[in-house]
Amino acid sequence: MKEELFVTARSNALIDPGLHIWTWEVAMYLFLGGLTAGIMVFAAIMTVLRKDEEAPFATTKLALLAPIALSLGMTTLFLDLEHKLFVFRFYTAFQLLSPMSWGAWILIVIYPVSILQILSTLRAGYPQASPYVDRFAIGKWLLDWCEAYRRPVAMVAIPFGIALGIYTGILLSAFSARPFWNSGVLGPLFLVSGLSTAAALVALVARNHSEKVLFTRIDLALIGAELALVALFIINLASGTEQQLLALESIMSGPYALVFWILFVGVGLLIPLLLELLEIRGLARRVAIIAPVLVLLGGYVLRQVMIDIGQESTWTRYDTQYNAELQDRLHD
Amino acid sequence: MTRFAMVIDTKTCIGCGDCVVACKTENKVPDGLNRDWVVEATQGKYPQLTTEFRSERCNHCSNATCVTLCPTGASHYWKGTNIVLVDPDMCTGCKACIAACPYDARLVMHPDGYVDKCTFCHHRVEEGLDPACVSSCPTRCMHFGSIDDPGSEVSRLLKTRKNKVLNPETGNEPNVYYLI
Repeated sequence: MKEELFVTARSNALIDPGLHIWTWEVAMYLFLGGLTAGIMVFAAIMTVLRKDEEAPFATTKLALLAPIALSLGMTTLFLDLEHKLFVFRFYTAFQLLSPMSWGAWILIVIYPVSILQILSTLRAGYPQASPYVDRFAIGKWLLDWCEAYRRPVAMVAIPFGIALGIYTGILLSAFSARPFWNSGVLGPLFLVSGLSTAAALVALVARNHSEKVLFTRIDLALIGAELALVALFIINLASGTEQQLLALESIMSGPYALVFWILFVGVGLLIPLLLELLEIRGLARRVAIIAPVLVLLGGYVLRQVMIDIGQESTWTRYDTQYNAELQDRLHD
Repeated sequence: MTRFAMVIDTKTCIGCGDCVVACKTENKVPDGLNRDWVVEATQGKYPQLTTEFRSERCNHCSNATCVTLCPTGASHYWKGTNIVLVDPDMCTGCKACIAACPYDARLVMHPDGYVDKCTFCHHRVEEGLDPACVSSCPTRCMHFGSIDDPGSEVSRLLKTRKNKVLNPETGNEPNVYYLI
């Protein structure tokens, strides 16, 4: 047997009996950050490919949602900070080896890029709003400039969107102290999930039928890729060290197994995959709204479940409470 | 980097918890929070059981992941040593360092909100004194000093006694040693 007990009380808040430092605020930020990344990337790709006719919503209107989603996400992230007055400290340093520092600076750069992206399609996408900008000489000049450089602006938005989407996963994977997160697959997984939720958003909101079909097809491919990455993630854990095997147990049995397999993989990936397959064959049109809603839900559940399980996975285990199993261990 | 280490003799530690009380008093750690703690570890098969007491705290790792992952530089090494400190005026309370510590040795200072931890009593070390926990140990099982100095008490103990660190496989290079 091996049993490690606290002799002196240690009930440090957020750490004992298990680490629980981050809750819905961080999960919501990771979700909205990924969604923003997807929004920027798709708006940009459609612009670069000149899909104004085939996908008018994504090409001319979608970009406006990026700073809205991101601002909501940054608000929930701010709510999570314990030392809120010192939030400006993210911007008095750049720590090369800290993905969180990279993220803080990426967020700052995303805003101007996103605003240029919006301005470049404002007249086409929001004809009611553009006169308010056109009224001012500088506004008119800006709109003219952005429209003239519409495709270059879009090409700049693509790498920044990808950086935003992938850093959220790299951020978690860099925690070597949390075996569940410590996998390089997390970056691509979060990026693909972010792109998938954005594609689902377009499929949900766009009015144009050809655009809905196009983005349903895109989403199908992304859900397929996401399933493959989830499989790789699990293979990585299953072939890992003792710490990783213990971390894997938390999704194979126990309270998180249901959330991970039923809510994330089942409701968030497989059911929408099936519904979207039916949809592009012209079936199940009436329930076309369900698949994108489930994809968006699945995107959030992925972040929440990753946060919940990951922070609890650990190198350090103590028996902090009375545990009837200790009796049995005497004979092991 | 001057490496300060703590060497704790599990053969003479009786798990009294004086180190915990000394730390709370010296550093005015608020109620309900602890920078150090004592663990009783029992191994073996009945009736052949062995027990060791370990006074645990931040390991002041030479390769501290909490310092690497801190986004603001609030977590830092003190004056070119391995002593890891948190600057409250730089800390946003993002808690990345808490997740980054494989030893779960960091905590949030409520109600202030910044992250706090063992400092190896650097304010005492600066004056040439031992950390409060080490000075108060009634069985003298705790030792503190530089392991770069081959003549220091800690270097001598590590050379002559069997010892271990906790989870060396984390790669963090912890500097709290246990004589076994």
